[in-house]
Amino acid sequence: MKVTTTPLHKSFSIQLRVIDALLRREVLTRYGRDNIGFLWLFVEPMIFIVGMTALFAYRGLFISGIPVIPFLVTGYSSVLMWRNAANRCSKAIVPNISLLYHRNVTVLDLFLARIVLEIAGASMALIVISAFLIAMGYMALPVDILTMVQGWFLLAFFATGLGLIVGALTEMSDGFERIWQIITLVTFPISGAFFMVEWLPKSAQEMALWVPMIHGVELMREGYYGAVVKAHYNIPYLVVVNCIMLLAGLVLVYKAKDNVGSE
Amino acid sequence: MIQLLNVNKYYHTKQGARHILKYINLTIEPGQKVGILGRNGAGKSTLIRVIGGIENVNTGTVNRTMSVSWPLAFIGGFQASLTGLDNLRFICRIYNADIEKAIPFVEDFTELGVYFREEVKTYSAGMRARLAFALSMAIEFDCYLIDEVMAVGDTRFHDKCKYELFEKRKERGLILVSHQPGQIREHCNVFYVLHDGYLKRFDDVDQAYAYYTEQG
Repeated sequence: MKVTTTPLHKSFSIQLRVIDALLRREVLTRYGRDNIGFLWLFVEPMIFIVGMTALFAYRGLFISGIPVIPFLVTGYSSVLMWRNAANRCSKAIVPNISLLYHRNVTVLDLFLARIVLEIAGASMALIVISAFLIAMGYMALPVDILTMVQGWFLLAFFATGLGLIVGALTEMSDGFERIWQIITLVTFPISGAFFMVEWLPKSAQEMALWVPMIHGVELMREGYYGAVVKAHYNIPYLVVVNCIMLLAGLVLVYKAKDNVGSE
Repeated sequence: MIQLLNVNKYYHTKQGARHILKYINLTIEPGQKVGILGRNGAGKSTLIRVIGGIENVNTGTVNRTMSVSWPLAFIGGFQASLTGLDNLRFICRIYNADIEKAIPFVEDFTELGVYFREEVKTYSAGMRARLAFALSMAIEFDCYLIDEVMAVGDTRFHDKCKYELFEKRKERGLILVSHQPGQIREHCNVFYVLHDGYLKRFDDVDQAYAYYTEQG
């Protein structure tokens, strides 16, 4: 085994610096200088929300007795965050492999920079779109912002673990990329973006609560709507799942590193 | 100092594990100029990556108390959609170097003119090579890694590179890896031959070269 002589606190500050550098590089390449790419960050979810709202317009913009617009905003931005974090990590090493020639840059840094960027992007989209819709009078102010933040934070934590796992597995096996695309399709409708657990029959409720993302989305909606909705969630469950996924992600990234070297 | 003690490195291929580096022992003192001769496929690139700390080893120990550069004039690390200046900023951030101090040096050394603030994808091969070399000189290392003979740009630029590396930084360490003895003979004082994953030390370049051709 290699003996590393760099002390831990120094490694940590190097890693933060490298992730910061990668992040700035990523922002420039992804969003460019002309700001059109940056605008797309808000335009894409807006198109979805406007489109879906149009579908609901005939029933008076309500779904099961609650306003549909904030329902879509909270649901879609949640999916967007973990889905984009994972998609951006998928096959993320190959285009960046030459950066690994700089000793300070590790595979983990490449993934973390992309995950942080996606989480920041999704958060910004949520805030900007909500503020816009609230200002225009299409949405009321949230009842309890802190609970929303808590749900969002737990979903971001989930996105981090998921991103690392998907990033590492796509690096280790070419087939996994396709499998992941199928998983995304399947999990999109069951991730809680389009329903609340309360609306499901009792037997389905129990099954739905196995899906970790649902707990985060339910929390967000309880925070937004307050006592008008009955949210189902188990915070310790989501935290435990998140921790297991993060750990699994880190182990897989460590294993994937060996794959990378042989190019 | 960089020290490799009984280092072994394997790659996993579909035909099973391939033993790339075999029981390598190598010590590089500060300021030493090390030349490593090896044919294509002898494991040179792997050895460079192990020395540079880019790759972990399977068995054995690597101790590193000097900073080692990335392979010099390595062009692959550019983001083509970023400008030369952006790429410089990125490198400086990674190595915690002063960006403002590096800008005039790189601008002057590369002679890129207005292109310095244009996207790298608009650069010619020579311009990229100039930027790559200047970036590696913008960061100070204890030991510079050179993979293959430098054939950067025209003669005038080549001379500038040589001055920057062999004159201005002559007290620094150097690891020159090549399949030709020319530059190794010119710049190094310790010689190794890497053959079939084994590393053998020579005190004399002619002995090293004789062994190298013998193994051919």
